[in-house]
This record gives sequence, structure tokens and C-alpha cells, in this order.
Amino acid sequence: MKLVMAIIKPFKLDEVRQALTELGLQGMTVTEVKGYGRQKGHTEIYRGAEYAVNFLPKIKIEVVVPTKMVDKAVEAIVAAAKTGQIGDGKIFVVPVEQTVRIRTGETNESAL
Amino acid sequence: MTLAKYLRGAVAALAALLIAKLDPALAQEAAAEAAKPTIDSGDTAWMLTSTALVLMMTVPGLALFYGGMVRKKNVLSIIMQCFATTCIVTVAWMVIGYSWAFTDGGGMQSYLGGMSQFMLKGMTIDSTNALAATIPESVFMTFQMTFAIITPALIVGAFADRMKFSALVLFITLWVLIVYAPIAHWVWGGGFLGGAGVLDFAGGTVVHINAGIAGLVTAVYLGKRAGYGTENMAPHNLVYSLAGAALLWVGWFGFNAGSAVAAGGRAGMAMAVTQIATATAALAWMFAEWLVHRKPSVLGIISGAVAGLVAITPASGFVGPAGALWIGAAAGVGCFFAATTVKRAIGYDDSLDVFGVHGVGGIIGAILTGVFAVEAIGGAKGALEGNVGQIWTQIEGIAATVIWSGLATFVILVVVNILTGVRVSQPVEIEGLDINLHGEVVP
Repeated sequence: MKLVMAIIKPFKLDEVRQALTELGLQGMTVTEVKGYGRQKGHTEIYRGAEYAVNFLPKIKIEVVVPTKMVDKAVEAIVAAAKTGQIGDGKIFVVPVEQTVRIRTGETNESAL
Repeated sequence: MTLAKYLRGAVAALAALLIAKLDPALAQEAAAEAAKPTIDSGDTAWMLTSTALVLMMTVPGLALFYGGMVRKKNVLSIIMQCFATTCIVTVAWMVIGYSWAFTDGGGMQSYLGGMSQFMLKGMTIDSTNALAATIPESVFMTFQMTFAIITPALIVGAFADRMKFSALVLFITLWVLIVYAPIAHWVWGGGFLGGAGVLDFAGGTVVHINAGIAGLVTAVYLGKRAGYGTENMAPHNLVYSLAGAALLWVGWFGFNAGSAVAAGGRAGMAMAVTQIATATAALAWMFAEWLVHRKPSVLGIISGAVAGLVAITPASGFVGPAGALWIGAAAGVGCFFAATTVKRAIGYDDSLDVFGVHGVGGIIGAILTGVFAVEAIGGAKGALEGNVGQIWTQIEGIAATVIWSGLATFVILVVVNILTGVRVSQPVEIEGLDINLHGEVVP
């Protein structure tokens, strides 16, 4: 099992969700986050006072998938979240040791 | 309308004379009838409405306008300050403020009203104030009370994010009695500025220059906010500010057209010029900002609208539509530069630009009233009709207000600082006033 963690542009969330659902993945966790990479921030001006905003709003998606599905999941996210503009985000894949479905006590892949 | 009132009075007086020949007792009754002021139901209805509109300007109008502009950690503190100011001034005005502003001061009449209406003594359902003879005194008193409320409420924008609440309570109480009531008396209550011919229809001098100067003095006295110039102090929700500005705009019809204290042609003209000047100033600020900072902003267009409302305040009731257009344009551009370029060049931290918008807008409006006043509208000629001296009279009004407001505000701040301290501690300021002063937060 792997945890696929993707940081994407907020308005791309629905396309990514749809792409992952089409792969047969059930469920994901989504968080509103702030951060920056190469895109850096932007500048806001209020009555002449300029503020550099370093952290931009992004969406973090976390989904745990069976190891054999990882490549497809990553490809699907890249395809759906890509605009080609700076600030499209990043994907991290990390191993997962154990999964438990609380309601039934099922473990690992059968709990996904 | 007015003619009819005079005729009614004259007929009653004549009848009293005739009856006097026949029956002395009846004559007395008729004479009393003639002396009794004539309440006009149309005027009264409009002034009841105006009073409600002006109250709406402060709560919720100004509270939302300011609330949206501060950071989220201080939003409750500033709307609390607006609401508490409304309550404090109401009581102060009832106790002595109204009497000091709007009654005869005897030997002191040029500078201050008297004590005769302490605790609103003598205000009955039949009484009127000579300044507004066709409406009940209760309505006039409450209408003026709403002006006394919004003036100190405007100041809180200058010291937003850093004043102690205990200091605010003391400051507002002293300020409305020591600064507002006398200046209202000078201009409207029979004092020396009104006597000198200063034109201030709805309070450009009394309300806006006064609040603007007091704001500047308080902002300088308290010092800059912690992190000013380095930290992000962007408004936390401009949707609130826009709703607040819109409520101010609508409420301002009560402020300006209501200042005719009658439902007539002058009120109508005041309403029309208010609308024209406001929209023009909003556009002027928007275009100026678009040129200078490359983007037309929501905060810019609503700030421009308020600047226009401020500038047309003294002029409404005196100028026509063309004058309103020029006043709006001048206020939009003038206040834009005051609140952006000039403020940064001088380096004071007037958090929400009370001076830049209300002080500067009020001064622009007061001077231009002396330029654009039309005799056929308000009975006073401006410079364009050949009365160049009116500009100097206007400047006299500005100067007197700036001096008294500036000095008295400073002295009040010193006294309050000795009694309670005026500024919160730095940890409180950094964590936010809401949680520390009021024990509440907006999540």
C-alpha cells in the first residue's frame, strides 16, 4: 500500500476526484492548505499598501492505494491537475505499513 | 407650504384680536393657539425616517465597513467599539450633550449652549426647538443624537487594533461632550461660526473634519501598530466593507437630505447632489487607483464613495448637480492621494484612513461649498456667483474646528492615558484584541 499525497490548484480538485474515482478508488481525504514552491507568492495592494503574500492557497489530497495501482493513480492526478502553468503542484508517494477499517476491523488492502 | 403655515398663524392671530373685543377668556385661548408652534406631519414623518437612517449608518453600516478592513483577530473589537459608542453617546447626549449643543448659552452663546435642558428637561410632546420649528423637539433631539453618535464612531478607525477598551469608553464620553457638542453649537446652535456665515449643511465641518483631525491626533498619539510596514495587515473580508459602505450610502440620505429638517425641495436637491457626488467620487478614486496601482479595487471604489459622501455633506442643500459633480471628482482624487501617497510619505499609522477620507474629504467639501454654493438653492452665494469671500469664511470654519478638535482631543488623550492607559500591551496587540479584551473570537 502506498499513500499518494498530491498538492494541487484548488480549482482542479473536482477533475482530480473524478479521475481517481474512474480508476475505481473509493474515498480520499482533502485539506485546504497554504504553501509555496517555485511559484512563490503574489502581491496585494490595499489603499497603496503593498503586501507580499508568500503562501498561496492549495488543496492537499491524500489517498491510500494498493501498490499495483500507484502508477495509474499518479498518472491520473497529473493528467487531471496539469495546466502547464507554474504552481500546478506536486505529488509525493510514501509507503504505508497498515490499514484498518474501524467499523469492521478489516485490515490492509481489504480495508481500502 | 411655508406660506400656508404663515397664513395659518396670521389667521389665528387675527382671530385672537377679534375675539379679544368680544370675550377676554376666549381671546387668551386663541392667543395660546397662535403662539403654539405648528407641527408639520410631512416634515415630522421625513425626520423620523432620517433619524433611523442616520443611526443605521453607524450600526451596522460603519461597524461593517470598518470590521471588514481590520484583521480577523480584531474584528470583534472594532464592531464592539462602534456599538458601544452608539450607546455611550446616547446617554451622554440625553444627560447634557443636547443642551450644550442646541440651547441658548446666554453670555456664552457664541461658544456653548446652556444647562437649561439638562436631562432633557422641558422636552415634552408639544415642545419644539426654534432651529426646527415644524417637527417635535423629541425628533430633532434624536436626529441630532444620531449625528453625535457617528462622529466619535468614525474616529475609532484611526486607532483600530491597539486601543484599550476601558480607554475607549472614557475617551468617547469626554470627546462627545468636550469636542463635539461645542463645535455643533458653533455651527448649528447659534454659535460664532454659524453667525460668521460658515456654510455647513449637514456636518462637513462639525462631523467629518472634526472626526478626521481627532483621528489623526489619536493615531499619532498612540503610535503605529506593531508590525506596521512589515507585517501583512490586509483587510480580512472586503465583502463586509462593501455591505457597510452601501449602508452608509443609503443612510447618508437621512444625513444630508434630513439636514433640511423639512420634507421639501431643499431636501430633494440635497438627496440628488449626494447621489451624484458619491458616484463621481467612487469612479474618480477607482480610475486614479487603476492608473497608479494598475488595478481597480473593491476597497478603492468603496473608499471613493465614502470620500464623496463626506465632501458633499457640507455642500448638499447649497449646491446644484454640476457643483456636486466637481466636488465628487475632487474628493475622489484628493482622498485617494491623501490616503495612499501622502500618508506613506508622512509616515503616520491612521489604520483605516479616518483623516485621509474624512478629514481631507471634509476640508475639500467645506472649501468647495464656498465655491459652488447657489443662492437659488440655499440662499447663499459662492465664489462662482461672485461671493469670493465665502471661501475665506469657509476656511475660518475649518481652522476653528481643526484647532479645537486637535487641542481638545490631545488633552483628553493625555487625561485618559493617566487614568487607564490608552494602548494595549504588545503581547495583547499581537495575539489580537478580540480574545484578550472581549474573550471572544471569530473562528
